[in-house]
Formats: sequence, C-alpha cells, structure tokens
Amino acid sequence: MIEMPLADLAATRALARALAGVLGRGDVVALSGALGAGKTELARFVILARAEAARLPPPAEVPSPTYTLVQVYEAGAVPLWHFDLYRLERPDDALELAIEEAFADAITVIEWPDRLGPYMPDDRIEIALSRTGAGDARRAAITGIGARGREIEAALSSVLAKGAA
Amino acid sequence: MIVLGIETSCDETAAAIVTDAREIRANKVLSQLAEHAPYGGVVPEIAARSHLDHVDRLVREALAEAGAKLSDMDAIAVTGGPGLIGGVIVGAVTAKTLAQVLGKPLINVNHLEAHALTCRLTHDVAFPYLLLLVTGGHSQLVAVEGVGRYRVMGTTIDDAVGEAFDKTAKLLGLPYPGGPAVERAAKAGDASRFALPRPLLGKPGCDFSFSGLKTAVAQTVEGLGPAPSEQDVADVAAAFQATAAEALSRRTRNALETFASAFPRARTLVVAGGVAANGAIRNELAALAGEHGFDLVAPPPALCSDNAAMVAWAGLERMKLGLTDALDFKARPRWPLGEVRAT
Repeated sequence: MIEMPLADLAATRALARALAGVLGRGDVVALSGALGAGKTELARFVILARAEAARLPPPAEVPSPTYTLVQVYEAGAVPLWHFDLYRLERPDDALELAIEEAFADAITVIEWPDRLGPYMPDDRIEIALSRTGAGDARRAAITGIGARGREIEAALSSVLAKGAA
Repeated sequence: MIVLGIETSCDETAAAIVTDAREIRANKVLSQLAEHAPYGGVVPEIAARSHLDHVDRLVREALAEAGAKLSDMDAIAVTGGPGLIGGVIVGAVTAKTLAQVLGKPLINVNHLEAHALTCRLTHDVAFPYLLLLVTGGHSQLVAVEGVGRYRVMGTTIDDAVGEAFDKTAKLLGLPYPGGPAVERAAKAGDASRFALPRPLLGKPGCDFSFSGLKTAVAQTVEGLGPAPSEQDVADVAAAFQATAAEALSRRTRNALETFASAFPRARTLVVAGGVAANGAIRNELAALAGEHGFDLVAPPPALCSDNAAMVAWAGLERMKLGLTDALDFKARPRWPLGEVRAT
C-alpha cells in the first residue's frame, strides 16, 4: 500500500498526473472517501492530465457525474468513463450504465465503488481519500488489488518516487 | 402551431403540449421523488426501462388533458441531450417513431436550451437577456442572444450549485431533495455563526466553484460532533445558503456588467433551473438586478424543474426558424449549451 499526504491541490494534481500516466485500457480505479474527501477533484485531474498527455485540448467541462451517473471522455487513444455510483440503490443498476463495456474497453474511474457489490472487478487500484485538518489537505491510501492492480501500484510507486527525487 | 414535447433525460419522465400562443395545454411530469425520499436520494431512473414503461402513458395523458389528438400536432420535440444516455434514447426513439408515423417534423432540443428559453414561454422576454441557469447538474451564466445563439460567460469549474445543496442536506441529515430542505432549515438559523469560505472571492470572471464550500460544510458538521442539535443544523444550513447565494450573486454581477456594456438596451436578468426556486437566491438576484436597472424574471417552480413544456416550447422556437431535425439524429450524453446552433 502507498500512503501519502496530499498537502494541497497541487499535490492532488501531481498524484493524478502520475496515475494518469500508468493507466491503460481495461484498468479500474476505485475512489472511496466521505462527501468532500476530494474524489471528484482527483478524477477531474486524471481526466485533464490524460488530455494533456495526449496533446488534446482539455474538455470544456469535467462535470461531477453525481446526477448523470457517468460521463464518458472519448478523446485520446483510450476512452475514460467516470462513474459516480452514489445514487445507485442496487448493484444491478450499474449494468444498465454499460459499466461492463467500460471495464472491457476503457479506463474506468469509479466514485462510491462499494455500490457495485459483486460486480467489482477483481483487478483494480483502490484509492481511499480522507481529509486531514482544514482546507485542501488530504491523505491518500492506495492499494493494488489483483495482479494488474499490483502492477499499477508498483508502476505508480516508481513514478512517484522519481517525482519526489 | 401546437407541439408535443417529450423529456426523459434525467429522473423525470415528462410529456407536454404547448402552442405558439404561449399556452400550456398540458404538462405531465412523473417524478420518483415522493416514492424515493425515504432513501435520501432519488433512485435513479437509469433503468431506461422505467422511462420506457411510462412515456407512452404520459403522452396519452397529455393529449387527453389538452383535448387533442396526435394528428393535431404540428411537430414533435424531444430532449436529445445532454443527460443519462439510456433515458435520452428512450425519449428520442419515442419522438422519432411518432414523427415518422405521423409524417410530422421532428425537433431535437438541447435540455439546457429548453431551460434557457422557458422565460419566453412564461414572460415573453425579448432577446438578448442574461441567464443564470442553476440546476443539480449545471451552474452557468449565459448571454442568450437568440435561438441557438448562446454565449456561455461562466460555468462551474467543479460541482453545480444544486449538487452542493443536495450534499449539504445529506451532511446535515436533511431529507432529499436538498434545496427545499436546506431552505426550510435555514429559516430558523443564524447565518453568521459559522464563517464558510466564499468561493472565488476576489477572482475576476464569471465561473463558479462549489466543491470547496461543500468540503467546508463537511468540516463544520464534523466539528459539531455526532449529534448536532436542531439549532446547529439550522445555523449551518443558513450559513451555507447565504454563502451560496452571495457567490451566485457576486459572479452574476461580473457577468451582468460585461453583458450590460455589450447590450446597452438589454434589461432582463433571468434565473432558471430547479435552484431558482430558492427564496434567498432570488432575493439576492432581485437586489442585484435592481441595482443595475434590470428586471429579474424567474419562471414558476414547476417550469424551472425538469419538465416537457419547456421542451415543446424550445421546439416551437426552433420550428419558427425552420429548424427541424432528421430522423437519424444521435442522442448525446454531453452537449454543452455553447455548442447548440441555429442551423
């Protein structure tokens, strides 16, 4: 597990950049944390970082998917699906959102992943965010689950170490 | 002219019939609110199936209420996005089928455009006007220069204001939907007890940000311990509402000043979308409009929340300009207002 303090939004953005660089087709990021923990902010930075890395203009808006449940970003070589499952009542409802299509063909970033129940993929990178004190300070606990999840964690760990050096 | 409008882009299934004489002959909305309030959130109608189950009946009920037949309609208008794609497709396919079978024109309406034009149905507002569109999913300042001519002057860089209301309600243990619940609680509250950060204070421009405010509310509620008193809840609600209203008003002021110098003869500030029902926000905006010699126009709450009358009306507006759509138009999950054209 990687545990890291995120002192401010710049630190959150740096983590998002590092993460965006190691994700590929079929990868799943499960973002957990209480209301206001910064899940959407981290997801937004990942989406912007991927656009930047692909030399694409940033999307005009990266809205919170709380109401629409999912926002799809098609630009770049690999699409990215950003889910917010907060309003889901039954795991089965996630299938209506074509989440399996996202798992197969895209990078999937999921807020409130616990709502997925049995449909949670075996391979994933879990990021738990929590607030520490006032303002924008956060703590991230990052755990790779499954073979691919551990691979992402290791890659992320090495990118972060280089960034820190 | 008389038009059938269909709206299925989010949680509400709706059908309405509106004439070009600005007469709402029927406005049927099926909302899941009452049924799902106990869960603290709308159970999403992601089951496009659920729209599918109800849309035919709502169209029939709208026709019955209007005392009209399908064949009387001059066109079929439908929300083609943005929204939850499964739901949008249900409405779009229904409308395409009706248009095809009846041999009537089809009009693909942007959901935000429908909100933007509602004030012309209710108050016959002339172009151009400045619009503050505030819903669960959107917070935007738009110079509405004509049908299909929307200049987005500012938008939210994170959460929409309606989402901030809903999440504040959740944090305070208040019922869903959060807007009315927070407003009720705030009535008994002292807004000055908690100092919440004022989003983008001192920053130029007309964009909004409500994510930091939400986090500050979370921190404040945490500081109250596990069992906040009713007064605590009222005070946080009041502080949040005052801060949100002030932020909306302050950013609208920036837009209004730019707008007024670009359009010296324009005199109308319009607030639309579900959050426009909030009294504190209306009061702030009315004061702001008054200061600048503008009138504040707000459609009634039933036409500010999602409905199909606004879709039928936007369809009428587009049809009057000869703007109809082919049967193969694609439903769009993302469709920013700035990309809507009058072509």
